[in-house]
Amino acid sequence: MRRDLAVIATLFLKASSLQRKRAVLTVAAIAWGTVAILMLLAFGEGLRNQMVRARRGMGENIAVWWSGETSKVWQGLPEGRPIRARLDDLDYLRERMPTATGILGEMTSWQTTLTWGTTTITGRVTGANWQYGEMRHHYAQPGGRFFNANDEREKRRVIFLGNELAEDIFGDLDPVGEILQVQNVPYLVIGVLNPKLQMGTYKGPDEGGAVIPITTFAAQWSRHWLHNVVFKVAVAEDMPRARDEFAQALAAKYRFDPADEQVTGLWDTAEGGKSLATEMRRFQIFLGVIGALTLLVGGIGVANIMYAVVKEKTREIGVQMALGAHRGWITGPFVLQGMTYTLLGGAFGLVIAIVLIVLLELVPVEGNQALEFLGKPTLSAEIAAATAALLGFIGILAGYFPARRAASVDPAETLRYE
Amino acid sequence: MNWSLKKKRNGDAGGNGHIIEMAGITKVYDTGKIKVEALRGVDLVVGKGEFVAVVGPSGSGKSTLLNLVGCLDTPTGGTYMLGGEAVAGLDRDQLADVRNRRVGFVFQNFNLLPQLTALENVEMPMLFGGIGRRERRRRALEQLERVGLGDRVEHRPTELSGGQMQRVAIARSLAMEPDIVLADEPTGNLDTGSGSDVMSLLTELWGQGRTLVVVTHDLNLARRAGRIVEIRDGVVVSDQLAVA
Repeated sequence: MRRDLAVIATLFLKASSLQRKRAVLTVAAIAWGTVAILMLLAFGEGLRNQMVRARRGMGENIAVWWSGETSKVWQGLPEGRPIRARLDDLDYLRERMPTATGILGEMTSWQTTLTWGTTTITGRVTGANWQYGEMRHHYAQPGGRFFNANDEREKRRVIFLGNELAEDIFGDLDPVGEILQVQNVPYLVIGVLNPKLQMGTYKGPDEGGAVIPITTFAAQWSRHWLHNVVFKVAVAEDMPRARDEFAQALAAKYRFDPADEQVTGLWDTAEGGKSLATEMRRFQIFLGVIGALTLLVGGIGVANIMYAVVKEKTREIGVQMALGAHRGWITGPFVLQGMTYTLLGGAFGLVIAIVLIVLLELVPVEGNQALEFLGKPTLSAEIAAATAALLGFIGILAGYFPARRAASVDPAETLRYE
Repeated sequence: MNWSLKKKRNGDAGGNGHIIEMAGITKVYDTGKIKVEALRGVDLVVGKGEFVAVVGPSGSGKSTLLNLVGCLDTPTGGTYMLGGEAVAGLDRDQLADVRNRRVGFVFQNFNLLPQLTALENVEMPMLFGGIGRRERRRRALEQLERVGLGDRVEHRPTELSGGQMQRVAIARSLAMEPDIVLADEPTGNLDTGSGSDVMSLLTELWGQGRTLVVVTHDLNLARRAGRIVEIRDGVVVSDQLAVA
């Protein structure tokens, strides 16, 4: 074995150098393929990260339920009954849904006049429980805050503004501390939403609305019906159980069949997230396959050139065999050669791809909608590993097939006559 | 690394002093549609220290015979003992080992590896024979010295004349101290002067006790051999001692 390696190494170093032009072309083909696959995968990864981040913009592992209407006769009650939750149902639900880590209700007024000084606009105001800040990812910009349990308990007139809405009313001015008239009732602005990526929405993007404590809302609008209920679980796997608890609790209180989808149907973002992740993974695989094909073409180029070399060197191979070379000693250098050029090309490709990605990082994302959507191309360990594995595989193949041709050289045939 | 040498010494020749013992050798090339009988029952015995010239017209089967003798190819029928070792049934790598330690080849067109120096060309069979680097170098230098190319060791084949290339090839064929040197038209590509140098060198090797089998058209070379075997249509038609 050691002798085999020594012979192969010696032959590889002494007898198997490609012409420079060929070597350069081969390495370039592989490098190009590597750049293609890495860039495609990196863009895919960036897009996926962006999507996941955007999906999280609305909150993680939450479900949203609106009112429903029964579609089944139940305990002598007819179908077609509207089922709506009330403000005081929230404590009831909190008791009966141990799996949920948070439950809140929302009331919404879409056409609300908001006045500050001489500026009046019409906007959306949501009344929500104080947990909304954390559950729906309403984080305040520095200098402000979301409202808390005390604000809610004491029905304080405090308002939290979406960043777009704040800009519409206050322009460049910091709104925190200002008094904003909501339907002619004064509210203290306590915070502005930190800009965030948001993909899903059920009443418009968060940046364009305002939020006030639900108790304040109920008092000002004299409402007790909830527009919708939101609950959250710790991990996506808990969601089916939480949904079941929700349906059971609501069905017990309002007397309908807990299996009645017309009532209990809701928007489960955990489920949506799962399918989004699958979709994105598929998309990435698709990109990867395209890149792999490009790389494969490069590999075929290597194999092709190696075939040409084998053909040119048939006589030399025959001579080496006549002098006593084993077949493995003939094939070894060719495999090594294929591997070397492939890995060299791969290394060049990696360097080029990294440079491109670093350069792309320098392009400002803000204000560029395409880039905001695409996100930053990102190289991950998985991408590197997959590309390296593919390169190795292609390198072996690119060397193996020509080497097999070399091994099949018949010395007697080759040396017979010229 | 020593196993090959030891084995060779033990089996330098068969118990009866014969290097080559061929009996009833046939070789059929089957191309699918047509079968070509290149050899049709050849018996050939070559003893240690003989210088045999194989002559015959083109297509008579002499190159085929040389390929079989050199274990580059295997016979279709018959038995072949090389240095007392039966060659039948060996796989390709085993045949390669037999060639490496028992046979030295000299070709008409030299067949040196173009990107290697004269020295590296001579080292090549020793690399395959598992001889260490220093020993390879020492023996290669010695062989090149012996064929009169001590001052050309770092030259590549393209920098050498035809006669010099053939002398490198002869040095290479001797590198593993083989039982037998096989030469296929060794003077065929050389001008008269270089050709006669190479002939002298081969004769000299014979004088040192080497066993040589040479296929040739060159009557001058054939006449220098101790024995001339003539082949026609795949059979030996005459086998006689040369008249010096």
